[in-house]
Amino acid sequence: MTVPVRITVNGRPVERDVEPRLLLVHFIRVFAEQTGTKIGCDTSQCGACTVLIDGVSAKSCTTLAVQADGSSVTTIEGLSDGEQLHPLQESFWNKHGLQCGFCTPGMILASHELLRTNASPSEAEIRHGLEGNMCRCTGYQNIVRAVRDAAETMATAK
Amino acid sequence: MSSRIFGSGIRRREDPRLITGSALYTHDITLPGMAYAVMLRSSHAHARITRIDTDRAAAAPGVLAVYTGADIEGALQPVPCAWLLPDSGLKIAPYPCIARDVVHYTGDIVAVVVAEELPQAHDAVELIEADYEPLPAVTDPEQAAGADAPQLHAKDVNGDDIAGNQAFHWTVAGGDVDAAFAEAEADGVVIKERILQQRLIPNAMEPRGAVAQYNRATGELTLWNTTQNPHIVRFLCSVVTGIPEDKLRVIAPEVGGGFGSKIAVYPADFITVFCSKQLGRPVKWIETRSENYQATTHGRDHVQDVELAATKDGRITGLRCTVHAGMGAYLSTAAPGIPTILHGLMLSGCYTIPALKEDVYGVYTNGVPVEAYRGAGRPEATFMLERLIDVLAGELGMDPADVRRRNFIPKFDDGHEVITTLNYDSGDYPGALDKLLDHTGYQALRERQAAGPSNGKYLGLGLSSYVEICGLGPSQVAGAIGFQGGLWESAIVRFHPTGKVHVFIGASPHGQGEETTFAQIVASEIGVDAGDVKIFHGDTDATPMGWGTYGSRTTAVGGAALALAVRKIRDKAKVLAAHLLEASVEDMDYEDGKFFVKGSPDKSKTIQDIALMANVAWDLPEGMEAGLEASTFYDPPNFVFPYGAHLAVVEVDAATGQVDLTGYTALDDCGPQINPVIVEGQVHGGVVQGIGQALWEGAAYDDSGQLVTGSMLDYALPRADLLPPIDVISTVTRSPHHPLGVKGIGEAGTIASTAAVYNAVIDALKPLGVKRIDMPFTPERVWRAIQEAKGS
Amino acid sequence: MFAANFEYHRAGSVAEARQLLAAHPGAKLLAGGHSLIPLLKLRLAAPEAVIDIGRIGELRGISNGGGALRIGALTTHAEIASSDAVKSGAAALAEAAGLIGDPAVRNRGTIGGNVAHADPASDLPTVLIALDATFTVNSPDGERSVSAADFFQGMMATALGEHDILTAVNVPAGGGGSAYVKFSHPASRYAVVGAAASLTVAGGTCTSASVAVGGATAVPARCASVEAALAGQALSADVIAAAAAAAGGDLGDDLLGDVFASGDYRRAVTPVYVQRALAAAAERAG
Repeated sequence: MTVPVRITVNGRPVERDVEPRLLLVHFIRVFAEQTGTKIGCDTSQCGACTVLIDGVSAKSCTTLAVQADGSSVTTIEGLSDGEQLHPLQESFWNKHGLQCGFCTPGMILASHELLRTNASPSEAEIRHGLEGNMCRCTGYQNIVRAVRDAAETMATAK
Repeated sequence: MSSRIFGSGIRRREDPRLITGSALYTHDITLPGMAYAVMLRSSHAHARITRIDTDRAAAAPGVLAVYTGADIEGALQPVPCAWLLPDSGLKIAPYPCIARDVVHYTGDIVAVVVAEELPQAHDAVELIEADYEPLPAVTDPEQAAGADAPQLHAKDVNGDDIAGNQAFHWTVAGGDVDAAFAEAEADGVVIKERILQQRLIPNAMEPRGAVAQYNRATGELTLWNTTQNPHIVRFLCSVVTGIPEDKLRVIAPEVGGGFGSKIAVYPADFITVFCSKQLGRPVKWIETRSENYQATTHGRDHVQDVELAATKDGRITGLRCTVHAGMGAYLSTAAPGIPTILHGLMLSGCYTIPALKEDVYGVYTNGVPVEAYRGAGRPEATFMLERLIDVLAGELGMDPADVRRRNFIPKFDDGHEVITTLNYDSGDYPGALDKLLDHTGYQALRERQAAGPSNGKYLGLGLSSYVEICGLGPSQVAGAIGFQGGLWESAIVRFHPTGKVHVFIGASPHGQGEETTFAQIVASEIGVDAGDVKIFHGDTDATPMGWGTYGSRTTAVGGAALALAVRKIRDKAKVLAAHLLEASVEDMDYEDGKFFVKGSPDKSKTIQDIALMANVAWDLPEGMEAGLEASTFYDPPNFVFPYGAHLAVVEVDAATGQVDLTGYTALDDCGPQINPVIVEGQVHGGVVQGIGQALWEGAAYDDSGQLVTGSMLDYALPRADLLPPIDVISTVTRSPHHPLGVKGIGEAGTIASTAAVYNAVIDALKPLGVKRIDMPFTPERVWRAIQEAKGS
Repeated sequence: MFAANFEYHRAGSVAEARQLLAAHPGAKLLAGGHSLIPLLKLRLAAPEAVIDIGRIGELRGISNGGGALRIGALTTHAEIASSDAVKSGAAALAEAAGLIGDPAVRNRGTIGGNVAHADPASDLPTVLIALDATFTVNSPDGERSVSAADFFQGMMATALGEHDILTAVNVPAGGGGSAYVKFSHPASRYAVVGAAASLTVAGGTCTSASVAVGGATAVPARCASVEAALAGQALSADVIAAAAAAAGGDLGDDLLGDVFASGDYRRAVTPVYVQRALAAAAERAG
């Protein structure tokens, strides 16, 4: 059986008849053809698949596409405003918050969630806010720096 | 600019594509007509395959083909081992791409399904009926070497017997070890330790995968592969699949980390090639994370019995050890060299050790093949020495820092030969330790510790001094130690008419940032803007041959090749500038991208002027070729030897056994730093990986050979909230033989940090009488060690 | 990883969900999916049908009345953790909800899905047992209320029948203080040991104590001997430590153990976590 699903991915509505078992991450990667969202594990641990569903973070490998039917999903490709990078993207770049880049899309969106719920997090709060996202390259230190930097930029911009 | 760009922490040039999701990794490659492969892997660690029935799977919706071991017979050769360790009785067991008779670990492939859609392939794999006759399994390397152990392989690839599961027995020796120990027994100290370097799962965040596209009309194959060394993959893919090297193109697109696990060549990748060739369609195979745990190479797995002889005043006189190194079910590509050449030769560490002997037994076990894992052999050597020195310090009632000082090789700047015959290039080990102790307030920390535990929490300090061999390495040495390849690197530098530069390198970075640091090398050597330099890598059709990115060698070897290539360009440019300025070459000077007549800086040509003229070639000196391009193949004269000293500070909760890492300082000396921000990032990541081994990580098998830590739910990786900030400092000691003086930094953190954390935890628990704990330091293990010490 | 295929039905109301359950024997209810989807992906569960109740608005939200919090089954962990009503009325529950998984998991995972799954290493069951919560269950015979003590029946087993739908969890919002302290598994983030304590205090004397420990047993264990040792006592660090010392004995004989932490170890460290939970609860109880 298939079910009709319509999800707006980064502003573009995508409609497909999908098997109910299809995960949101596959919908995004295969049908919306946005491959920035990564699959790093199969047990909801690594966070590489983190996206925003209606502005709130979710692990797209632990969400059925059909659960997100009718919603609006933002992935790493939808975070920047045209050529204008989101402050988090700028900060990850400026603070060397990435190496191989595979965890980065999920890491940036998890950071987005952290700053949505806490605009001025402490170092400890940043580290806890990223507990669901794994990085094997950076030892997290420059990611923490990047999030702090972005928080400051975003506070000044307000 | 050239004076400042080398050493500047500029932003990485690779990042814009990575922070916007536009980078393409192997998993992101989609081709017209693509089909999807899923492997069926053995559910037994050791078993005879009695029946495989693929009929139901083959008939399932969307299935294009199902292949078993019988189908690849003759089409896919066994996976080769490429490090033929000499003088070791090396016995290479046949490593088929698909097991036909006997499976040797729970990841062994027994069949592959190819389907139109990925979910269909997953569904169909479930329909394959495979029957097994289970055989006894063994996963501990020491047990596997024992007399009663189940035997994995009867014969090696040459038809010779493999006895006692022994893949090789390798020895390194120097000095009179027996005399050293006899003397220490009589009038000195002998320390004995048993060290378990547990099995680790590398966990590159990007799982492995392959996309194979075979063109039946041309006989050409393109393989997108998650690899650290596409040229080696092309070489070995040609050997295994029979596709001639000239018709094989291997592309390492964006690669999401490797840490050693993407050095090896793998059965699944060759099977994907086979499927594409059989079906005449592109085929994609991407492993799941659980599959990665089950079948992508693991690291470490040593059982070490070590003895140290010393005088009563703490001077080391001898080192003797026996290592059982688990190799897993088959010898992976570079595996035999890891616990031997890269381990045994490093056993002098930063110290003057007059006599040592090590016996390394490489042992087949029913586990995932073991390969290089960040540090590869050197962390196991550093750990051994750094642990023994702390034990010696405890035995003699000395501070661990003092025992290190007593044994350090004195400062040297142009070569120092150690007992293992390596000739270290340059170093100041006492200076590094002193700076670390000053910086961290070591004495004050010791005083705080002496005040006793607070709230049941015990403070511990752990030091680790290290030197590592990297910049692999002279190809002549590679040949002598059995490595079936060269170890040089290459670079082609091409100037375009507008002065923009393309650089093509044979190495294959996958997160280390060489698109930036290599642009900085070009910028500093010839005065162009780093932003005008684009580095190409990872495509065997587009780049010169190279041996890959591992062993902290890309900057140390590839960076040298690049610097020398740019210097060739500079030499040619100087001749052309002299011609255009109607001066003699001897009268020309160069600075900051400008070639000028000595004493007349306004009579000059910029490198951009020269690039234009060289490319249009309207006015060249007689006999000069058009174009501005140079290539270099750099074969290093020696290895390079980065070093450093690290300090870990922990608090251990005696009531629960919980270890809290409260501080960590790394001092590393990798020579002049091209980009200190990138260097610091490498140290952060490396240190945390080593911390992971000490505190959290460990692959565990049960008695039947099933991987108990089979997913990220069970195998604990370092997370942001479990770590303190890492304080990174450095000293700078040039390598005397390297064109840029640089060494390497990729593995340094991992090599030092495991021992530092281990020493800190044992140091914390010294008042309670705890002497050793097996890694990782799970709370229960720490708690049990405390209970046992209390009881004794 | 792909689940085996299943039929999907979306329920717009509890009544519709019940009809769908009746029509599809063996069907699984899907709320946030954070317990069910991992099982489906690993093919440890392969139901023929999944009934999505995730959009039933009446099942979502927190209300406060009659001295109790009514928490709709679809309320997410994030909503519970950040709810002022929960933080002030049942601090341990907010604390536990904030320690589940990670932020993205807490945004999707629901209290109903969590307790219906009844994982012994889960956090909420321990707290709900300590807080004497009750569960509102909609069944073909009408609505019934089940106490926490009766709700959790074993490992992954609850009092919910095949046609039952958990609609709300009701938590007494007492005047005392409560706390939850967790020893997280470093990989899974589930509780190796989790201790929940709830105390009421009058004039420095403990008037009632309620303590539960999860992670160590198939169903979180109520620590009767700890509770008894505290009741009527003037609370001090020593009294708390002495009472907590008995917690290991309240766990019974069948302890859970794995390669990371054996049953013996879990028992041995249980008093430490119970003591920490009691100390925090005592402070909150004033």
